[in-house]
Amino acid sequence: MLLIDCPHCGPRDENEFRYGGQAGIAYPETPASATDAEWAEYVFLRDNPKGWFDERWFHVHGCRTWFTLRRHTVTHEIWNP
Amino acid sequence: MTHPDFLWRNPDPRPAYDVVIVGGGGHGLATAYYLAKNHGITNVAVLEKGWLAGGNMARNTTIIRSNYLWDESAAIYEHSLKLWEGLSEELDYDLRFSQRGVLNLAHSPGDVREGRRRVNANRLNGVDAEWLDADEVKKFCPVINVSERARYPVMGATLQRRGGIAKHDHVAWALARKADAYGIDLIQGCEVTGFEITGNRAVAVHTSRGRIAAGKIALASAGHTSVLAAEAGIRLPLQSHPLQALVSELLEPVLDCVVMSNAVHVYVSQAHKGELVMGAGIDSYNSYGQRGAFHVIEAQMAAALELFPIFSRVRVLRTWAGNVDVSPDASPIIGRTPVDGLFVNAGWGTGGFKATPGSGWVYAHTIAHDEPHPLAEPFALERFTTGALIDEHGAAAVAH
Repeated sequence: MLLIDCPHCGPRDENEFRYGGQAGIAYPETPASATDAEWAEYVFLRDNPKGWFDERWFHVHGCRTWFTLRRHTVTHEIWNP
Repeated sequence: MTHPDFLWRNPDPRPAYDVVIVGGGGHGLATAYYLAKNHGITNVAVLEKGWLAGGNMARNTTIIRSNYLWDESAAIYEHSLKLWEGLSEELDYDLRFSQRGVLNLAHSPGDVREGRRRVNANRLNGVDAEWLDADEVKKFCPVINVSERARYPVMGATLQRRGGIAKHDHVAWALARKADAYGIDLIQGCEVTGFEITGNRAVAVHTSRGRIAAGKIALASAGHTSVLAAEAGIRLPLQSHPLQALVSELLEPVLDCVVMSNAVHVYVSQAHKGELVMGAGIDSYNSYGQRGAFHVIEAQMAAALELFPIFSRVRVLRTWAGNVDVSPDASPIIGRTPVDGLFVNAGWGTGGFKATPGSGWVYAHTIAHDEPHPLAEPFALERFTTGALIDEHGAAAVAH
């Protein structure tokens, strides 16, 4: 189980959180004119790196805040600068 | 009769092949076998970075069924099941394929409606399916708890009698032996690190054992497909997750069918040797670590004990995880890629084992003819742009 440092609540067990996938996915700026390919990219395509990954977590059983975490997808180590 | 020392050679890579398959798991080996058997293409190498069938092929829970909801899925999984039904004989190897029946439990009125709908959809597609009410479930599988007092009471189940399990190692060994007999090189300890692309055509792979030229290159690398595709400049709608499973200590025969529950997240069967084999949903986060968190196992055990109070004193012998590639609609991605001569077969997620022969069959056809097999066509990468998704989250049985 990961020990995740919630920016509000401090370190808490992983099962208090919900995973939100890749961070920094922006809604299309001009949705009315976005092509099918652009929609596919926004809706379905996410990075899937073997290594460091910036990802969203939601403290669902705590403060209910979304935040971004950098985690390693092989070692599961959480970035601590 | 003497037993051979080895079922396949262990050759060094040659400088060039007509087809190079990346990944020596079940799907890669089945693809190699059907390339030779159905299409006469034998100048083929299967490159495996570890040892043959040591990834998800060694880690799955071996459940075989074809009771998927949509026409496209029913067609490809039923094709696979039909191949399973003749495979032991065809490969001349006892795969321990046992059609003991697969129950998919319903725990709510919504589950019941969905299950009945799936039974009807299956029948329309020529897939055997029955609806059992709770009493019939109890009759079919006496150790299951159908008490109304359970937290998630069993309200019924779909039953596919032709579903069951097989011995995964035997499947891999049998396919490898036949592929090898056709002259296909199964090369272990050979990791693909990159692709050589001329114009828009893939012409060679770079590996830990040197450059290998290839007329066609076929990915069959499950959880590592994204990493490989990225080397060819392709982004795929896949996310890699840990999927855990476990076995209990060996028991006398106690459970003679496969029981799956979407709602309480567990699936259980008893292997021929006697251990209970259980699996659950994926760990939530992306990972290539081939391990998951214990709280997922704990939740899965709680679900199992709810269904089978009789197992409350059974001890866990071993837990492990594989690295599964999950697609947005819980259906595989099979076909050509934006790079000519480079093919992809991925996204089988949590349910690839059952598809092993069917996947190999349609993938070999797709590679040999440079156009998708009719059963594979709906599963092309383009569906994420056209919107023609094949949403099998309901029938995939594992929470994604």
